[in-house]
Amino acid sequence: MRQMWLIFGGAFAIYVVLAVIMGVLPGFALSSIEPTPGLEPLTPLEAEGRAVYVANGCSYCHTQQVRPLPQDRVWGRPSAPGDFAYQTPELLGSQRTGPDLANVGARQPNATWHYIHLYNPRAVVPESIMPPYAWLFETVDQAPANVPAVPLPAPWAPEHGVVVPTREGEALVAYLLSLKQPPLPGASEAGAGGDASHAAPVGDGSATRTEEQPSEAEETAGDDYRYDPARGESLYVAYCAACHQPGGQGLTGAFPPLKGNAAVNDPDAARHIRVILDGLQGEEIDGVFYGSPMPAFRTSLDDRDIADIVNHERRSWGNAGAFVTAADVAAHRAAAGE
Amino acid sequence: MQGGSAAIPATQHPVTQQDHAGDRDALRSVFVGYTITAVFWLLFATGVGILLAYKLGAPDFAPQPWLSFGRLRAVHTNATFYGFATLALVGLACYVAASSSRTALHSTRLAWAGLALFNLACLAGTVALCLGYNDGNLEYREWPWPIRVVFLGALGVTAWNLIGTVAGRKTEDIYLANWYTVGATLFTCVIATVGVLPWYQQGLGQVSVSGYYMHNAVGLWFTPLMLGIFYYALPKRLNRPIYSYALGVLAFWTNLVFYPIIGAHHFLFTPLPWWLQTTAIVFSVAMFVPVWGGTANFLLTMRGRVSDMVHSYSLLFMFVGVIGYLVGSSQGTFEAFRSLQEVWHFTHFTVGHSHLTMYGFISFGIFGTVYALLPLATGRRASRFGMAVHFWLALVGSFIYVISLSVGGTIQGLDWMAGKPFIQSVIDLQPFFIWRGVGGLMMFLSHVVFAWNVWRIAYGREPAPATAPRASLAGEAPA
Repeated sequence: MRQMWLIFGGAFAIYVVLAVIMGVLPGFALSSIEPTPGLEPLTPLEAEGRAVYVANGCSYCHTQQVRPLPQDRVWGRPSAPGDFAYQTPELLGSQRTGPDLANVGARQPNATWHYIHLYNPRAVVPESIMPPYAWLFETVDQAPANVPAVPLPAPWAPEHGVVVPTREGEALVAYLLSLKQPPLPGASEAGAGGDASHAAPVGDGSATRTEEQPSEAEETAGDDYRYDPARGESLYVAYCAACHQPGGQGLTGAFPPLKGNAAVNDPDAARHIRVILDGLQGEEIDGVFYGSPMPAFRTSLDDRDIADIVNHERRSWGNAGAFVTAADVAAHRAAAGE
Repeated sequence: MQGGSAAIPATQHPVTQQDHAGDRDALRSVFVGYTITAVFWLLFATGVGILLAYKLGAPDFAPQPWLSFGRLRAVHTNATFYGFATLALVGLACYVAASSSRTALHSTRLAWAGLALFNLACLAGTVALCLGYNDGNLEYREWPWPIRVVFLGALGVTAWNLIGTVAGRKTEDIYLANWYTVGATLFTCVIATVGVLPWYQQGLGQVSVSGYYMHNAVGLWFTPLMLGIFYYALPKRLNRPIYSYALGVLAFWTNLVFYPIIGAHHFLFTPLPWWLQTTAIVFSVAMFVPVWGGTANFLLTMRGRVSDMVHSYSLLFMFVGVIGYLVGSSQGTFEAFRSLQEVWHFTHFTVGHSHLTMYGFISFGIFGTVYALLPLATGRRASRFGMAVHFWLALVGSFIYVISLSVGGTIQGLDWMAGKPFIQSVIDLQPFFIWRGVGGLMMFLSHVVFAWNVWRIAYGREPAPATAPRASLAGEAPA
């Protein structure tokens, strides 16, 4: 009996002590961390959407944690302890089969895109391997007054009627749009572009370049602007391609094409720049009506970013618009802002 | 605290077979019952695994909610862990406890109760996950908490039964194998309790508990169970004592002290306290002591017996299991270094790692020890051909699986570091997903053969060969 007590009792006691030190005590200490300033608790609808996210195991393929590493800069600022204050069960995840979603509400603020993407991800991202979540939608003859019909492109649209999200679908999109990292105090002055949630996409070595160039110099000395095609392309991929597509062809009825677009080819870039700064909704373009809103990028992109994107769009896919400079964007930003 | 005898303690109290015919029957049916249900969960879990692998290449296939990837992923991992591996290892542990203590199971009824509770928890957990009921995407503890309490009950019953069996031993010392298996059940009762209590699991607090839980549930449940069973099955099968009893004792205590500390290495670069992450890395390196010590002990026990090894598929399976333990655990240490985790974290490399350990180590170990010990309990055996097909399909399949995901995951991580658009990493993985499916299919087919082999050992007609001539060395009658 003594031998049993020594071996099993001793091992058990050691393990209980270690489990308390490594499991329970850190749990207690970290459970009461204050929320990051500016972090809002979820609304009831968003909380419902979070439950849908959890029930369907979204976090087995999508992380919600940004590491302080260069390759994570595309996903937002590094996660802070207070970011998870309202997050129980935690959804940090361990796999990035799909993109990180910690800041998806800021990076991809268009609800229409999320609806189409959830209904069938390949409608907007042909190479996607995400499962379709069509059971979060239903097909009806006519959309109810307060529910938007999802403008599905041809191969996915139903033969009769329109597709609308169910309550669960609406809740999930509301939750995804709520995923915005509040800027960290102190980080905004130092960060490029003056916005901590701004993530400079990293091209080959462009991460270090972004760090080396002080943002103030860029903004004040607009004359020094030189178009960087690689940067323009990576910014376009990060901020624009999800809706307007990598080939600029858009999705008829949902997201207008930029290829051959009149505003993009207009020698006067005013409208092109203004739309990126302040967004657009309810316009007819090439005879097709577009009801879903394009978000404004005024706060998330700086003048140089927008100039690079505009120039990329103006010189791709057969477009032949005139180049713009960061100073042009700054002028429109100032004019439209008043 | 050190055991006196290095051999399986069996010589002290010779027992005639007739005395315990009833006990032997009871032990046999318990062992068979656990093994058969484990095989069922193995077929189910790996069948789900095949479907998941297929869905990565054909995401529009089987779009029903209860068959969606996010729900089935947890079904696959939980059924593998708590259905297959748990039931198989507990069945083996019951047999080892009774046989090495030269006594009957403490309570056959408790063993059946444990079997029923384990299966009930797995069944209820699987249905709940498919219907979208879970307690969060918290790895390996997704089941709603009442189901995890049932599982905890099964663990408690098992711990009580194993301790009772060892307490009633007819040998002087507690054989080393039982240190590991009884220890594992006791530790895991603590792990399951820590995982289920809610008071310290808000926000980041829950993240630290997740790190603790997911690592301990693997390393203080499956690892010591499997190692303990090796400590019985290897000497038994080779008819020679374990190389060093003292080394086995050292590995036991170092595994106990180092393993619980390293869970946070699953959350490097998160906002978890930096000291917690660094401590986890340091002790991940310390894990070399029990891992290399334990491996050396097993390999030295096999030394000079190559001809026995190549003529016995149970020994070949165990050999691969030992190598899987060495390679998988050492790989885990390297993955814990910040510089390497920067590349591999979040990629499919980690999926390759978890299959190298749970398959290359645990599953091969289970296959080998079932082939070694189940025929001793039933007196029947599987055909050599059947075991050969199982072995080669499983070995080649798991090689393809692990290598393709290790290479693919590395490419995925390098794509991100090179700043390529995210979708490029998805595209680059496609060919590796195909190879993963090929490897996974071979593994699944090998399990069908395994099921057939187990059936033959449990209910077949071919008698196991008479006790080998040198069995008297270990001194034990077929139990």
